[in-house]
Amino acid sequence: MIDEFFISGLIILAQIMAVIVPIFISVAFLVYAERKVLALIQLRRGPNVVGPFGLLQSFADALKLLTKENIIPSGSNKVVFILAPIITMVLSLAGWAVIPFAPGWVISDINVGIMYLFAISSLGVYGVIMAGWASNSQYPFLGALRSAAQMVSYEVSIGFVIITVLLCVGSLNLTKIVEAQQTVWFAIPLLPMFVIFFISALAETNRLPFDLPEDESTLVAGFFTEYSSASFVLFFLAEYASMILMSAMTVILFMGGWLPPFDIFPFNSIPGVVWFTLKIIFVLFLFLWVRGTFPRYRYDQLMRLGWKVFLPLSLFWVVVTAGFLVIFDMVPK
Amino acid sequence: MSLIVKTIKSFILYELLLGMFLTLKYMFKEKVTINYPHEKGPLSPRFRGEHALRRYPNGEERCIACKLCEAVCPAQAITIEAEPREDGSRRATKYDIDMSKCIYCGLCQESCPVDAIVEGPNYEFATETREELMYNKEKLLSNGDIWEHEIAQNLKIDSHYR
Repeated sequence: MIDEFFISGLIILAQIMAVIVPIFISVAFLVYAERKVLALIQLRRGPNVVGPFGLLQSFADALKLLTKENIIPSGSNKVVFILAPIITMVLSLAGWAVIPFAPGWVISDINVGIMYLFAISSLGVYGVIMAGWASNSQYPFLGALRSAAQMVSYEVSIGFVIITVLLCVGSLNLTKIVEAQQTVWFAIPLLPMFVIFFISALAETNRLPFDLPEDESTLVAGFFTEYSSASFVLFFLAEYASMILMSAMTVILFMGGWLPPFDIFPFNSIPGVVWFTLKIIFVLFLFLWVRGTFPRYRYDQLMRLGWKVFLPLSLFWVVVTAGFLVIFDMVPK
Repeated sequence: MSLIVKTIKSFILYELLLGMFLTLKYMFKEKVTINYPHEKGPLSPRFRGEHALRRYPNGEERCIACKLCEAVCPAQAITIEAEPREDGSRRATKYDIDMSKCIYCGLCQESCPVDAIVEGPNYEFATETREELMYNKEKLLSNGDIWEHEIAQNLKIDSHYR
């Protein structure tokens, strides 16, 4: 009996490692890719010294950061100060439990997968608020407040976008959502929702042009101003891991997950996980491309966009989609 | 009418997509960064870098310790002491430049009657300690030996304008 528990525990542990280790590695290369893409857009060369084409730059940076001293400000609330990066990191990794990489390639195939993802990505704000409050310093505090307001505003429209997709699928299971896109990816019939979701995902992960919580030019580094060394690395990893998680969510909801773009010979012989990875890379490139193109939003503009544009628009599209499905009798059973 | 066009344009994110297309085009343009330690930018023959004391082709040092450079130096970075040598010629016994004081104005090389002190094309002489920046006569003469070829060429190119 104990042996059975032990073995099934080991299997789960192996599954978790099989997901987390590639994520850490891809975070390292995502940081490299970001620096490289931004450099190319700005007519620079980017990192090209450490390793071939500078590919090992992120590992060198991580090593440098981890060997530095971890400074805890004397005025801070030490327990919360240390807890905050841990929570952020754990939450950004926990979401991966329900992501289907290919048919059957999922750690826990639960029926409320999308709700779980939505809940986990919303909880991310707690780490930010805790970091901002525990630092006991003005810049992190302002960054945390901004982050809280921003996440609340954009989660509303993300919620409506998810509802639209659910209306078309009839299931909260992520595998079912992907399978429902066999004929056509939802990005095509639900294009406006796809755009709204992508922009809200930018805001949700605190990416430019919505990176007000860590606004370098006014708030030093926002909520992680006071962090150094390993705790800074955790925040950094968490930010990029949640970026990858959000693009995985975009791919599953709108771009057909592991499905090939056309169900014909050369495409459908490539394994699903490859398509899934390629699509994630494409969405991540969009993230970086947007960062290289647009200036940062002013705070009131950010709020206006969230509440006065995205909320009515996504609400309107929920009604339109629902009406369309009912009129043409296409509601999934 | 223009209002309708404007509304449609803002809804299909026309301007934003235009901007993104522009940055995409820039990604494939030639890069302006110079790969610094491996490739370096062009230098003017008048470039004023690290100092050097030159010699005549027969190996005799040019400096006659006239102290014009010491007098003209606005940062007072140059210190010279002179004595007659055994053969009766006047030479510097001490020629020090405090490179941490020097402002690289080039007045020393302008004032030199024998083209002895010059500012060469070398700009990579950062040191780990302050003391290493207190150049003495041996250091300056050895600089002159190292950079003589480049310095002579630059002086030749620039000679029409002097």
